[in-house]
Amino acid sequence: MDIFAKIMAFIAAAIVQGTPLLFGATGEIITEKSGNLNLGIPGIMYIGGISGIIGGYLYEHFCADPIPILCVVISLLASILGSAFIAFIYSFLTITLKANQNVVGLALTTLGVGLGNFYGGSLLKFFGETGSISLYITGNAYKTKIPYLSELGIVGETFFSFGFLVYLAIIIAVLAQRFLDNTRHGLNLRAIGENPATADAAGINVSLYKYVATCVGGAIAGLGGLYFVMDYTTGAWTNNGFGDRGWLAIAIVIFALWRPKSAILSSYIFGGLYIASVFISGLSGSTKELIKMLPYLVTIIVLVFTSSRKKREHQPPAALGQSYFREER
Amino acid sequence: MNNVAIELRGITKRFGNVVANSNVNLTVRNGEILSLLGENGSGKTTLMNMISGIYHPDEGQILIGGKEVSINSPHDAFNYKIGMIHQHFKLVDLFTAAENIVLGLGRGGKFDIRSASLKVATISAKYGFDIVPSKKIYEMSVSEKQTVEIIKVLYRGADILILDEPTAVLTPQETRKLFNVLRRMRDDGKAIIIITHKLHEVLDLSDRVAVLRHGEYVGTIDTCDADENILTEMMVGKKVELNIDRPEPVDPKDRLVVKNIACKNRDGIRLLDDVSFTARSGEILGIAGIAGSGQRELLEAIAGLQKLEYGSIVYNNPKTGLAEELRDKTPLEIRELGVRLSFVPEDRLGMGLVGNMSVVDNMMLRSYRRGKSIFVDKQGPEELAHKIIDELEVATPDAETPVRRLSGGNVQKVLLGREISSSPTLLMAAYPVRGLDINSSYLIYDLLNDQKKKGVAVIFVGEDLDVLLDLCDRIMVIGGGRITGMLDGRTATKNEVGYLMTKTDRWEEKSDEE
Repeated sequence: MDIFAKIMAFIAAAIVQGTPLLFGATGEIITEKSGNLNLGIPGIMYIGGISGIIGGYLYEHFCADPIPILCVVISLLASILGSAFIAFIYSFLTITLKANQNVVGLALTTLGVGLGNFYGGSLLKFFGETGSISLYITGNAYKTKIPYLSELGIVGETFFSFGFLVYLAIIIAVLAQRFLDNTRHGLNLRAIGENPATADAAGINVSLYKYVATCVGGAIAGLGGLYFVMDYTTGAWTNNGFGDRGWLAIAIVIFALWRPKSAILSSYIFGGLYIASVFISGLSGSTKELIKMLPYLVTIIVLVFTSSRKKREHQPPAALGQSYFREER
Repeated sequence: MNNVAIELRGITKRFGNVVANSNVNLTVRNGEILSLLGENGSGKTTLMNMISGIYHPDEGQILIGGKEVSINSPHDAFNYKIGMIHQHFKLVDLFTAAENIVLGLGRGGKFDIRSASLKVATISAKYGFDIVPSKKIYEMSVSEKQTVEIIKVLYRGADILILDEPTAVLTPQETRKLFNVLRRMRDDGKAIIIITHKLHEVLDLSDRVAVLRHGEYVGTIDTCDADENILTEMMVGKKVELNIDRPEPVDPKDRLVVKNIACKNRDGIRLLDDVSFTARSGEILGIAGIAGSGQRELLEAIAGLQKLEYGSIVYNNPKTGLAEELRDKTPLEIRELGVRLSFVPEDRLGMGLVGNMSVVDNMMLRSYRRGKSIFVDKQGPEELAHKIIDELEVATPDAETPVRRLSGGNVQKVLLGREISSSPTLLMAAYPVRGLDINSSYLIYDLLNDQKKKGVAVIFVGEDLDVLLDLCDRIMVIGGGRITGMLDGRTATKNEVGYLMTKTDRWEEKSDEE
């Protein structure tokens, strides 16, 4: 029974680790479906986290008696605005100014990580406080479990003992899939990622779709950072605490073959691999490091398989990474 | 049914200094098929692009149903029920036929692919299309893709259809199927304009023919009054004397013997079909043909860039007297055989030169393998660059300017200068005067003649028939990947060449086969 409990605990931990990845992957899939390869996602996820922290901090700091639900709403909105803004910068540079997407993306990742660490380290000093950020009220509000369901013994503990963002991630992924498959806008968006000139000739506003998809995708990805700082670390900011999870999210996009629904399970698998070293007892230090490499190794293997298996549906959007120039007829 | 669907009055369109269309008048009636006939660059596609909203005319009026309209975008064109089927299909490969057809239509919410498929099926049944709405584009043949494009236009309710060289990519059977569909659409009252340069298709399909020549409107005649001679003459016009030198060939010897070569593209369409000819030293061999008839593949096959199905390309080396087989060799292997071949490709900045590199560095592309030092010799190329700039009067600030910043004519001079400097024994030039002004063009003709006098075998692919007739010793006409005729440049007439260009005998032969 002990091993069963351990497995269940591992699953729960994998879901916790997988949730930020799922937000990031869903956001990046929506972005990439518009033909924009946003490598700024890791930075945007930092921004999503720190913006939420700033929003939550300002409310907790200036309000004598903070209401938990408002803490959540304010930090959530701040996070969405912050990450959407960075995604907007990316959009402006790549769509309007037609700058190289890789360069802009990598620059924004550096910027996002830097901004996150800067405000994380100095936010308290602006208000004459010392120590490190810890928003217990907001953090605990995010961690509120589902009543009743979470008390259903081991099943409740494994699947229903999380804060609402875990379920939101799943809902967003499912909705994103339905949007892409079953709506007119989804069809238009996919057409742009595949062949923007055709979409343009069909009367679709290519730039508008790209802007909206990139900003919405960025906002969704930012929620991953928010989940990490609010729920996982209960409202505490540590510099570089989010680590390289943003890059894993981009790897999941490939692993999930650009399908948000597949990204759900993929994220939990990657989340599990990410912390597998903690759950396997009796590992030496160097073996642990090797186990930590697994997500990246899996990504490489997946890349080898998907590129050799020539199914067209499994390939990235055909126009991914290219700026669209209308004049090129 | 003689009501006019669309009327063009005095349409003029310029691109910079180039006049693409000048004072064109045209009427198309409902329930008729009008062929728009003309050589390459005669402005057919430009004219149609103005109707479909891609370009806007500088002067003149477009009238639809008797009212003057302004068509500013493809979207406007849709609203006037005009639909154009371009040569390059605008389809999303990963989507099904039905998804492509409804793309961009309607607003918001879920889309009902089932009712769209039903409507597609209705249209297909009405005109006799053969299409599976749930089939993905990437699984389709070229002809099926074209069908999707046509249905897409009809689905949007188009009454005026423009088809830009629709048969260029089709097999004879597919062409016949298309024509049957077009006739059914005509009987349904649609106005159809088909751009083409294949005379037999014009005579077979259309009710009237409008002819353009060098952007000018020549006239419209009823197809029943036309025959191939009349149409050819309208298309190519009278011979213009250009006074280009044509020295007599001195002691011509067979330099390059091409025998029965053939190749296909990736879609299995035959690009070259049983091509045989000989290029002789001290002679300019002109190649005439409608663009895309296989000229490019032919030159690339000789240069070692095009894989052949069968046939042979033999080069007689004047130095060693050996006959070398060039087929299935890479350009480097060809050079190592001692074959002094120079190739001035059609795509100057894509295949010939590197746009971002300076004139000097572009010279180096030809010479960097020479020398034993690990450092490249920069002095030789530098001298060569200056020599070319001086002798060919290349307008450039200096030899270090990236060639992409030079004008088209100067880019061509740099390329041709480099190729000639390697003292070739075989020189191939594809459209070397395209986009050049008169003076530069004559300079290029002189350069080619100089090479000819030096005993080089020159192959000149041209588009201006007057130039070909004045410059070349022999003119080979290529049509649909086949050689349709070999004429003496001194005695050939413009009509002869024009007729051979538009004659694609694969049409007649292959249709007998089945």
